[in-house]
Amino acid sequence: MSELVLSTKNLSKRFPVGRSGSFVNAVNGVDLSIKRGEVLGMVGESGSGKSTIGRTILRLTDPSDGEITFDGQDITTLPTKLIRPMRKDMQMVFQDPWSALNPRMKIGDLIAEPLRIHFNMSRSECNDRTEVLAERVRLSADFLNRTPSALSGGQLQRVCIARAIATNPKLIVLDEPTSSLDLSVRAGILELLQELRAETQAAFLFISHDLGTIKLISDRIAVLYLGRVVEEVPKDKLFSDPSHPYTQSLLSAHLPSDPNETLQRLTLQGEIPSPINLPTGCSFHTRCPVAINSCQSNVPEADEISPGHLVSCLRLKDGQNIIRRDLK
Amino acid sequence: MNLLSVQDLQTHFIFRDIDHQLREAKALNKVNLTLNSGQVLGIVGETGAGKSLTAQSICGLLRPPAKIVGGSVTFQGRELLTLSEDEINTIRGAEIAMVVQNPRSSLDPLTQIGAQLVRLHQTHTGGPLAGSRKKALDMMQAVGIPDPEGRFTAWPHELSGGMAQRVLIAMALINEPKLLIADEPTTGLDVTVQAQILDLLNELVARFDMGCMIITHDLGIVAHYCDQVAVMFAGEIVEQGPTREVFLTPAHPYTQQLLAATPERLQLGVKSQLGGQPPDLFNLPTGCLSQDRCTLATEKCGAPPPLIEISKGHLARCHFVKPAEKGRSKSNE
Ligand SMILES: Nc1ncnc2c1ncn2[C@@H]1O[C@H](COP(=O)(O)OP(=O)(O)OP(=O)(O)O)[C@@H](O)[C@H]1O
Ligand SMILES: Nc1ncnc2c1ncn2[C@@H]1O[C@H](COP(=O)(O)OP(=O)(O)OP(=O)(O)O)[C@@H](O)[C@H]1O
Ligand code: SF4
Ligand SMILES: [Mg+2]
Ligand SMILES: [Mg+2]
Repeated sequence: MSELVLSTKNLSKRFPVGRSGSFVNAVNGVDLSIKRGEVLGMVGESGSGKSTIGRTILRLTDPSDGEITFDGQDITTLPTKLIRPMRKDMQMVFQDPWSALNPRMKIGDLIAEPLRIHFNMSRSECNDRTEVLAERVRLSADFLNRTPSALSGGQLQRVCIARAIATNPKLIVLDEPTSSLDLSVRAGILELLQELRAETQAAFLFISHDLGTIKLISDRIAVLYLGRVVEEVPKDKLFSDPSHPYTQSLLSAHLPSDPNETLQRLTLQGEIPSPINLPTGCSFHTRCPVAINSCQSNVPEADEISPGHLVSCLRLKDGQNIIRRDLK
Repeated sequence: MNLLSVQDLQTHFIFRDIDHQLREAKALNKVNLTLNSGQVLGIVGETGAGKSLTAQSICGLLRPPAKIVGGSVTFQGRELLTLSEDEINTIRGAEIAMVVQNPRSSLDPLTQIGAQLVRLHQTHTGGPLAGSRKKALDMMQAVGIPDPEGRFTAWPHELSGGMAQRVLIAMALINEPKLLIADEPTTGLDVTVQAQILDLLNELVARFDMGCMIITHDLGIVAHYCDQVAVMFAGEIVEQGPTREVFLTPAHPYTQQLLAATPERLQLGVKSQLGGQPPDLFNLPTGCLSQDRCTLATEKCGAPPPLIEISKGHLARCHFVKPAEKGRSKSNE
């Protein structure tokens, strides 16, 4: 059994734009790895390709380039027929719980569905396990007989989580799984994920815009900008030593829940570039407050500035990558 | 006069179950809210507490088996609950706009996003088509959609989650409403885009004297963008007041519990921070709805708690809340 549950090399995904012959460059050369029992957090600009990465590594959509290795096996071009039985070990919680669930099915059947597909369980075993799963995501048994339209957003999110953990998968991609949960239910779900990884050594890719939650649950965090990982950082360094200018601006926009804490926001100038025409050089140069001429033509390589902390910025070496000292 | 005033709003789900038993889920019990022009009100609370349902009830967007069984909703002094469907449809989209929690459901999958914006502007504001097109592009720009010209002809399924969210916000704002109700408008947006949108809302609130109600689980948004906050639990507003006051001196035990679970304060592995199950809507306890989860609860809580005004504009529904002492002014505190 491999220590690495997932790794990607130079993963890319392009979507054709109509019949124009041009492409949306959603993911542009991403290297990722997740170990057993590890939580990799992922943050980044909306539209930076997080969901696309999640879907591609599970082969829910085909990559345009690069390699995906799952549990020691190269699955980049594995035919769907062979992927299907592997689904038991790779699950996803989709960003939009409304479209992820069949509106005509009962909640109980939705949670039991992966069990029926992947395990040879008797009906009563299946029902028992469904109830346990519902309880683990803090849904009372009363919900099992309802259809999705009779649930709130946060209740649906928990149904999706129950489905994803049903088969004890080796890898779970969670795409904004807690955005509609109140803080105490969210804390309960985070606890559940911690328990799962202790019990089953499952690996997680946890995509979220909530920096507080990301810091709490992740071991490492990948920061995305326009389909590229610009920084990969151990969790304790995310707030204390954000080193890419984009990460720094992201953290400065974080809203603390204490009304007395004053905001020192650093607003990025310029428009978010279109992924159809990616900027040359460093893709952040059009908005980067500390960009120099060479940023327009040179693509920065990832530098390991301390163990496990990788940053792709040309100004790292001259120490001028810090846009605001007081962030540090 | 308040721009929006909700009094004792009650919305229930009434239906027959598989065994033809008549069942009633009391999803909204006593919702009391006020919102003034030029103000931003944040609604926070437990998942399933009825936040979206409150918004849908106000905007006339309920679908069976949901039914309003009591209370009143007045907008600019006019009762909304007795309006005909046509009347409420004319108001919604023009004077009252809503950003629903589920962005994809309100985008027409078969129409390009630019055309959807233009159509909405034509329906409620009218004028030359070119004007609507320009307005649509301006709105797309304002909500931070990169390359609005290029995206004008994009189909809804081609958008990332956050982009769909921004299109929806642009649609809500295109007719310059008097009241905007936004249900988790920035979930799925990264914090920099979120800040841009919240700044835009703030600006519109000031410029057009708009009233804005934001439903969110993000207490940071409430702390920094909302003048007022209302806290919901089991279909009731348990506390409403000026944000700073509620955050710094929360009165209701549920509000206190909520504020203690922020990611900044939370530690994984400490179970005591987690609340229990919400009450069963089909079988609500008599008296205070949070009694089963409340650490302060005594026999007294078997009776419905009164809504107590703690200080001007700061209200809470709990037996143990006391009005602030009279004659003690802020300056000598
Ligand atoms: N089926 C598709 N066809 C064309 N473009 C697409 C398609 N799916 C995604 N895209 C584009 O790819 C880019 C990345 O989208 P993706 O959904 O991965 O972003 P994201 O990082 O998850 O964003 P968000 O935080 O807003 O959910 C976006 O520009 C999006 O518009
Ligand atoms: N058809 C139905 N029958 C019974 N109960 C229902 C029905 N539809 C919705 N409910 C319940 O009504 C309550 C209110 O839902 P609402 O969507 O307003 O919650 P919310 O506060 O917006 O939650 P979230 O933060 O998760 O979005 C929920 O507890 C939900 O389970
Ligand atoms: S490489 Fe240049 S443009 Fe890119 S982040 Fe660093 S300084 Fe900014
Ligand atoms: Mg996404
Ligand atoms: Mg809701």
